[in-house]
Amino acid sequence: MFHWLEKNPFFFAVGIFVVIAYAGVITILPDFMNSARPVVGTKPYTVLQLAGRHVYIKDSCNACHSQLIRPFKSETDRYGMYSLSGEYAYDRPFLWGSKRTGPDLMRVGNYRTTDWHEHHMLDPASVVPGSIMPHYKHMFSNEADIETAYAEALTVKKVFNTPYDEAGMPKLGTFDESKKIVLAEAKAIVDDMKSPEVKEAFAKGKIKEIVAIIAYLNSLK
Amino acid sequence: MQSSNMINYDYSVAKLFTIATIVFGIVGMTIGVLIAFQMAYPELNNLAGEYGTFGRLRPLHTDTVIFGFILSGVWATWYYIGQRVLKVSMAESPFLMILGKLHFWLYILGVVAVVVTLFMGITTSKEYAEFEWPIDIAIVIVWVIWGMSIFGLIGIRREKTLYISVWYYIATFLGVAMLYLFNNMEVPTYLVTGLGDWWHSVSMYAGTNDAMVQWWYGHNAVAFVFTVPIIAMIYYFLPKESGQPIFSYKLSLLSFWGLMFVYLWAGGHHLLYSTVPDWVQTMGSIFSVVLILPSWGSAINMLLTMKGEWQQLKENPLIKFMVLASTFYMFSTLEGPIQAIKSVNALAHFTDWIPGHVHDGTLGWVGFMIIAALLHMAPRMYKREIYSKKLLELQFWLQTTGIVLYFSSMWIAGITQGMMWRATDQYGNLAYSFIDTVTVLHPYYTIRGVGGLFYLVGFFMFAYNFYKTMTASKVIGEEPQSTSPMAA
Repeated sequence: MFHWLEKNPFFFAVGIFVVIAYAGVITILPDFMNSARPVVGTKPYTVLQLAGRHVYIKDSCNACHSQLIRPFKSETDRYGMYSLSGEYAYDRPFLWGSKRTGPDLMRVGNYRTTDWHEHHMLDPASVVPGSIMPHYKHMFSNEADIETAYAEALTVKKVFNTPYDEAGMPKLGTFDESKKIVLAEAKAIVDDMKSPEVKEAFAKGKIKEIVAIIAYLNSLK
Repeated sequence: MQSSNMINYDYSVAKLFTIATIVFGIVGMTIGVLIAFQMAYPELNNLAGEYGTFGRLRPLHTDTVIFGFILSGVWATWYYIGQRVLKVSMAESPFLMILGKLHFWLYILGVVAVVVTLFMGITTSKEYAEFEWPIDIAIVIVWVIWGMSIFGLIGIRREKTLYISVWYYIATFLGVAMLYLFNNMEVPTYLVTGLGDWWHSVSMYAGTNDAMVQWWYGHNAVAFVFTVPIIAMIYYFLPKESGQPIFSYKLSLLSFWGLMFVYLWAGGHHLLYSTVPDWVQTMGSIFSVVLILPSWGSAINMLLTMKGEWQQLKENPLIKFMVLASTFYMFSTLEGPIQAIKSVNALAHFTDWIPGHVHDGTLGWVGFMIIAALLHMAPRMYKREIYSKKLLELQFWLQTTGIVLYFSSMWIAGITQGMMWRATDQYGNLAYSFIDTVTVLHPYYTIRGVGGLFYLVGFFMFAYNFYKTMTASKVIGEEPQSTSPMAA
């Protein structure tokens, strides 16, 4: 059979494809629906949090920080309750990461504050002596992209039935309605911050990346 | 068998990809060395504002090396080996020639787009699949063109039986096509809403499912870029360079079909103790261990090909590179399964032992094999002898030392980190705060950076040697039968 296959490239290729494709079908499909179900109380991200998530992705925070707490005592002691599948139901993409150069951030909102993040992003070693994390001063000058975040929220609402605008869930509305909600949410964060640059910009209706990413980090619980 | 001299093989596309391999190798490895030192000396993050931080550069490093250096190497060798084992010249088909050149230039455009967007921070965040949808489409087009090249050449072949290397190239083509397509299923948000950045998209899969698909891809992208096409290379170049036939056809069969059958299960070992179903984790773990068989099958087949000819190891630096590549392949495919055992993974996951493992595979196996392949091709493509054996020997030992420094420091770093994360005091409280587990790694990060630097310097020596071979080395009349000619 093998000799025959080696003279018949088409069937050879078909043979390879079958032999490599079956494993994906068996591992991914059976539990797909189960794994897509949210845990009770899990909510999709607000538009501002989503904009912050985009900043997190833009600077590849996930290259050094995981968002996955494994079920070991040493991990639950350090980071809190271990992760449940349904908690990630609205995470597109998932941000588990594969390396902990820095600590896990799955529940960082439980034990860090806006004030802490502001100082930490400006100069990590001033808050955590010995830290090897770079500073992220550019987040204080770059503006958050609220429009793209809104576009993403609306897309997942339309395409994947993500429950925006439902009872007890974040409100999306039209883009103009959404912008008002975003500003109100951002105000609560800006009020807790010290940076005059961020405050001045906000007075002019502009939201810096740092505000969005803090909104996102605070939402991780 | 027909003498290869009777067919006038056309190496123009192979030469283009050869240059690309060396250029992207330099770029990717230089970024790699920079980010390695950033972990030891964080001030190095501030060299280029937001564009120079570890986060921005890390995907650039991985992608330039994987899809720039390694893929170019795969294609350079395909456009060389393909013609020779199928006994047909590309020049016989104007269509295939155009296709080959189109393949190269579209690919270069794709790489440029990747580099620019990653610097800007335009990324989907999925490892080795960071590119946004417009680039994904370009990549699919390039891939389809390569497929047409492969099957086009096979279509007009004179040698009816496909040589082992061709099996592996076909598998590379099919495997990556399948994995890439399914992992990059995403919805462009602008097309749905008319708002925001036009290139932005959102993944079709969420949370745990996204992780499953990503690591099914992520692990097997490794399989089908770091392993499968590299085996294609060694199956051709080792027998050619040494003048020895492959040790065992049956062992090749077992290794090939075994590898194909088992590899795609192993993605689950990236997700041990995560929220994916337990049975998927266990299967991932078991199949990873089974994977030792086909992996060692290929490697042993290579080493036994050298049976009775071990003096060549002393005399020919190219044989040195290839034998050490096989050895690193064995080492890496033993280390991987060990890390995939659940109790070991509990310690190793998220630590520096993982990049350590990746690099003894990529630097030792993939890098050495590509270097040897290009050096074997050089005298045959440019009709000149290799410029300097001395320089090659020096490069070999410098790079080998670099790899040893790299993996040994990362072993220590990873295990130290893993042990400290779980250490408790006499009352059962965690013994160390997280930052303690970072600062303790400084010496190992420095050693790793130095190891990487050694490898990079060696690569520059290779680039110089290769350039001189192309331009200034002694012209040779007839194509060498086996051992590549080189000046002392």
